[in-house]
Amino acid sequence: MPTTAPAALADVTASNSTLRRFLHGLPGVDAVGLEARAASLGTRSIKTTAKAYALDLAISMVDLTTLEGADTPGKVRALGAKAVRPDPTDRTTPAVAAVCVYPDMVAAAKQAVAGSDVKVASVATAFPAGRAPLSVKLADVREAVAAGADEIDMVIDRGAFLAGDYLKVYEEIAAVKEACGTKARLKVIFETGELSTYDNIRRASWLAMLAGADFIKTSTGKVAVNATPANTLLMLEAVRDFRAQTGVQVGVKPAGGIRTAKDAIKYLVLVNETVGEDWLDNRWFRFGASSLLNDLLMQRQKLATGRYSGPDYVTVD
Amino acid sequence: MSDKTEKTASRLPVFKTYKLYIGGKFPRSESGRVYEVTDSKGNWLANVPLSSRKDARDAVVAARKAFGPWSGATAYNRGQILYRVAEMLEGRREQFVREVADAEGLSRAKAAAQVDAAIDRWVWYAGWTDKIAQVVGGGNPVAGPFFNLSTPEPTGVVAVLAPQESSFLGLVSVIAPVIATGNTAVVVTSEKAPLPALSLSEVLATSDLPGGVVNILSGRTAEIAAPLAAHQDVNAIDLTGADEELARELEIAAADNLKRVLRPQPVDYFATPGTERLTAFLETKTVWHPTGALGASGSSY
Repeated sequence: MPTTAPAALADVTASNSTLRRFLHGLPGVDAVGLEARAASLGTRSIKTTAKAYALDLAISMVDLTTLEGADTPGKVRALGAKAVRPDPTDRTTPAVAAVCVYPDMVAAAKQAVAGSDVKVASVATAFPAGRAPLSVKLADVREAVAAGADEIDMVIDRGAFLAGDYLKVYEEIAAVKEACGTKARLKVIFETGELSTYDNIRRASWLAMLAGADFIKTSTGKVAVNATPANTLLMLEAVRDFRAQTGVQVGVKPAGGIRTAKDAIKYLVLVNETVGEDWLDNRWFRFGASSLLNDLLMQRQKLATGRYSGPDYVTVD
Repeated sequence: MSDKTEKTASRLPVFKTYKLYIGGKFPRSESGRVYEVTDSKGNWLANVPLSSRKDARDAVVAARKAFGPWSGATAYNRGQILYRVAEMLEGRREQFVREVADAEGLSRAKAAAQVDAAIDRWVWYAGWTDKIAQVVGGGNPVAGPFFNLSTPEPTGVVAVLAPQESSFLGLVSVIAPVIATGNTAVVVTSEKAPLPALSLSEVLATSDLPGGVVNILSGRTAEIAAPLAAHQDVNAIDLTGADEELARELEIAAADNLKRVLRPQPVDYFATPGTERLTAFLETKTVWHPTGALGASGSSY
């Protein structure tokens, strides 16, 4: 059995029953309070210089994503070029954090961002359903890492999680973490839209962090309910509590459904108010998005010129 | 209005909340501001929204979203919808006669003449939707083996500053030609007399006109027009409601992304309009199609 859990919580993962006792022993989530807190933090007014800072920070946190059956090497190259220089008319625009692609596109993406600080993230483990044997999932991860992926976005086995087989989920995450080796950082996707309750999201967060996740991520973007301020706030509270208990810092990545600069800034307020400045960096917080970047760029142009910009002045993806 | 409420004193008056019209919905101003509108003698009529530049921004987004489907609709269909607006207006004629009379200080008969002319104006432009292409487009004779065709296409999102004086007939005379050819419009109402325009939005909302094709903003013309003139996603601007100094400023701002500009000019709104306002917001697309070598007759088509 892999022993990736931090020493303080080592005995928790000894068996399915100890793990179960621990996860179900986590305090229940006050759903109304959580949503009210997320909504009230969303009403902050961020203007002028603070807005300029927030827009640049948000751009630098974007995982520019293309996860379509119709992805071509050409599209991935275009995405890579955009990731490195999001606004060709304004060289002060920061690069995004990473491009996120399917494993077979990693090589093309790697080539497209060569020579820059932009990372290549690859979804793996039979994304988005995660319904494949462990050996297939691990092969998926190894191939992606071998092709040069800097980050792996894995999906958890929601079936096993909902059936209460927490140890299976734990061992799977730990095995994938091992397959990532020392080079690639691991993001664990919960698909919060399929976990039904906030309590389950809190349990999944702790389970993934115990198993060695470098990042916890809300969703795949392929289901109806994706990232919401409330579930992101809940996960931020989980990483805050986890660091307080173990000293290990874990990142958070809301993904799917964040389309406007206004929304992105609301998430940054959540981060600042919940976990503080330590997480206001693209090493610890990311946005999984595709159309968000264009809106961020248009807002940035508006702030720079004082004129409202339009979709004619950003790329069509 | 006041003597009517006195006659039915047993009943509490029900005042109308005038609202903006953006993307087919009736929001209040994002800023929460309102201003007082009075009749020509200075009696209070209503509080109407005082739009901010963010309302203008939202209206442009709505107009851009509506542009694809509206410009893609058949000219015949657009004509039907414009005619439908006339039908709906006819049913609410009395309301508009009252509002125009209050707003412009006209007698009932003169106000009725304005409203009738406005209804007829919708019918007139409804007829033009599927005819303008024949008038300004067509086949061009060229010196070469090419089939050469020109067709007019709508310019895009048009910001319209409605005339300040003619609150209804003038308003209809500037909106109808813009949307007849497939453009979408962001309309800034007359500053002093916005009520007929805000009521027109209720008519548009019930006339099969897709949401966002016409967006109506009330407020200070100079305040709303400035961000519209500088907006990079607005393709043209009609400066009818701007005074000379404002028009100059707006035209300079509009030059940045090469907007089409229609300068303010004296117009008799009762006269039958020409096609000038239709063609002001059209682009011409010309296609050259090779025909191969010309035959002995001199033509291969």
